[in-house]
Amino acid sequence: MGLKTFKGGVHPYDGKDLSKSKPVTDYLPKGDLVFPLSQHIGAPATPIVAVGDSVLRGQKIAEASGFVSAAIFSSVSGTVKAIEPRRTTTGDMVNSIIIENDGAFTEVTYDSCEDVLSLSKEQIIERIKEAGVVGMGGAGFPTHVKLSPKEPEKIEYIIANGAECEPYLTSDYRNMMDEAELLIGGMNIVLSMFPNAKGIIGIEDNKPDCIERLTKMCASEPRIDVAPLMTKYPQGGERQLIHAVTGRDINSKMLPADAGCIVDNVETLISIYRGVKLGRPVITHNFTVTGDAVAEPQNFRICVGTNFEELLEAAGGLKASGAKKMIAGGPMMGFALFDLNVPITKTTSALICMTEDEASLYEPSACINCGRCVEACPEQLIPSRLADFAEHGQKGEFEKWYGLECIECGSCTYGCPARRHLAQSIKTMKKLVLADKRKK
Amino acid sequence: MSDLLHVTSSPHVRGKDDTTRIMLYVIISLLPATCFGIWNFGVHALLLILVTVASCVLSEYFYEKLLHKRSTIKDLSAVVTGLLLALNFPSTIPLWMAILGGMFAIIVVKMLFGGLGQNFMNPALGARCFLVISFTGYMTDFSGYKDYVDAFASATPLATIKAGGSVDVMRMILGTTPGTIGETSAIALLIGAIFLILMGVIDLRIPGTYILTVAIFTLIFGGRGFDAQYLVAQICGGGLLIGAFFMATDYVTSPITPTGKIIYGIILGLLTGIFRIFGASAEGVSYAIVFTNLLVPLIERFTVPRAFGVVREKGGKKA
Repeated sequence: MGLKTFKGGVHPYDGKDLSKSKPVTDYLPKGDLVFPLSQHIGAPATPIVAVGDSVLRGQKIAEASGFVSAAIFSSVSGTVKAIEPRRTTTGDMVNSIIIENDGAFTEVTYDSCEDVLSLSKEQIIERIKEAGVVGMGGAGFPTHVKLSPKEPEKIEYIIANGAECEPYLTSDYRNMMDEAELLIGGMNIVLSMFPNAKGIIGIEDNKPDCIERLTKMCASEPRIDVAPLMTKYPQGGERQLIHAVTGRDINSKMLPADAGCIVDNVETLISIYRGVKLGRPVITHNFTVTGDAVAEPQNFRICVGTNFEELLEAAGGLKASGAKKMIAGGPMMGFALFDLNVPITKTTSALICMTEDEASLYEPSACINCGRCVEACPEQLIPSRLADFAEHGQKGEFEKWYGLECIECGSCTYGCPARRHLAQSIKTMKKLVLADKRKK
Repeated sequence: MSDLLHVTSSPHVRGKDDTTRIMLYVIISLLPATCFGIWNFGVHALLLILVTVASCVLSEYFYEKLLHKRSTIKDLSAVVTGLLLALNFPSTIPLWMAILGGMFAIIVVKMLFGGLGQNFMNPALGARCFLVISFTGYMTDFSGYKDYVDAFASATPLATIKAGGSVDVMRMILGTTPGTIGETSAIALLIGAIFLILMGVIDLRIPGTYILTVAIFTLIFGGRGFDAQYLVAQICGGGLLIGAFFMATDYVTSPITPTGKIIYGIILGLLTGIFRIFGASAEGVSYAIVFTNLLVPLIERFTVPRAFGVVREKGGKKA
């Protein structure tokens, strides 16, 4: 079958060989664990524990506040040390629950479900909500909300995002190789809620072993198929994935549900299975520590709330050459860290340590109108012009040239020969324009 | 961690192509035509090329030094302008004229308007038009051709055709004809063009539509019907190949929008055809490009692509 793809995109250095074949090892944290109350889209969770309380691993420590919100669970047993603002990967100070780890990892008893097929749709949603499942591909949208579209009978596709298009990242790769049964289990649970839908697992072709493995397993699954995708960044972008797999297009004012699709990351679907079938909340997930400055790049199964610095030590620390840049997430859309003393949340999947910082190696020069940004943009925008409007504060022109459609993937900036900071200018302008709209 | 960490906005990685590398690719792609030009026209052609490039680079260097601006000569764009300008000279012009042309191209057309990326017209062609208007005699003297016999035989192929004569198309493809230093050899130019296409520097949107439009226009209005020799001569002659592949594709002065490029190519083709067939001179490419350069901002505004997933309807976005 031909490879599906989308228009635009770039081909950055893959970098996945550093950690691809390293098996996932459980990392049990030693120090304190920090749980930011906002690690999802929507209202921050409300703490339901107080300083001094004892907590067990798997115990709920914060309740979802409102419809679009998610609960938070402790990943260790110990005592609540403090509830105070702490630095997160984005640089913000966010109110967090700090738990002193007693090292015992005493767990609550989980309420597993014998037969998931006997559960009603409402019961499944409730169990997903009670497991605190959010979009684990990075966006952190509360999954129980995503799975409650207005018109469920119109949903025709449940798409599992196994693209993992960001270079260096291999956490989803390992999930698909090691936990494929759980992935399919999770998909079947979601499919049971949407009778008109078929399931599609989208995987980039730089993971041929995943494609082979899952295709074999899906042979006996009447409602699930595997869609091999051309390896190109940002194939894992929601809109690009939907386009490649179904041919349907959505814009910034639409939800995937408007095109009859629901897209979930593979780790999210595995978490759905764990939550609904095993009654286990989201307290661990896969995480890749990699980059040319890391002594032992590898994959971990981490406890949510683990300190970045502690995990880097577990990967052998930095090589003697040191690192100029540390990225939480992938190199195209991740956040540069100025301090490793930040916690891993439900939504961060990687730490990349680079010896050199490519972004600051070059001085930006004049735009030569070459059009590489136009060819690269998966949203068919003219990034060079949008950046010009942004730099000159022209909000009207920015909107007219579809600046708000930008998905902030960074493809334009990756290929710009003048080394202009296109993505940065456009991202900043988007925030300003959206803030203006909210004021009105 | 003793050193401070770098913090920038994403993305944190970059591709390997920068402006200098792209300019280098263009220079390399022009080498076949340059070498052939030197062989066809002699040592004076080589001198002109060197002098023009030097004039461009030094003009940029001293302009920036005088105005306390950061020096940009390392990006090689002045070298490209100098080379393209020289390839558009007849081989007989005096060296001082080449120097003047280089200075005009860089200082007036490029630097005065804001430097790299800000020129509204192709600097090499702008300078060429300036010289043609100011020194028509010199700029239309094509006697430097190595097989020079007499003034009549040394007219450029298109001039010969316009005057009613016939030309040997094989010589035009090979390049052993009179003309400007770089425009004569179709083969040398095409080799360079293929290199540029393979390196991802240009695509066929502009040159393809340009040449195709000229061919169709000539077919319809040329007055010779489907005369294959005539058509091939029109395509290989008059600087169309060097114009279509190397001058019209200049990034700064061509549209950035994909549809805009196609419209640009079509307008170029129409104008070139009109100038050639209905105009007094046998040439048309330089003026067509320079004129259409002026239309580019307008073309861009009307060809802004519809963003992904957006339906351009009067009622608003598709829900």
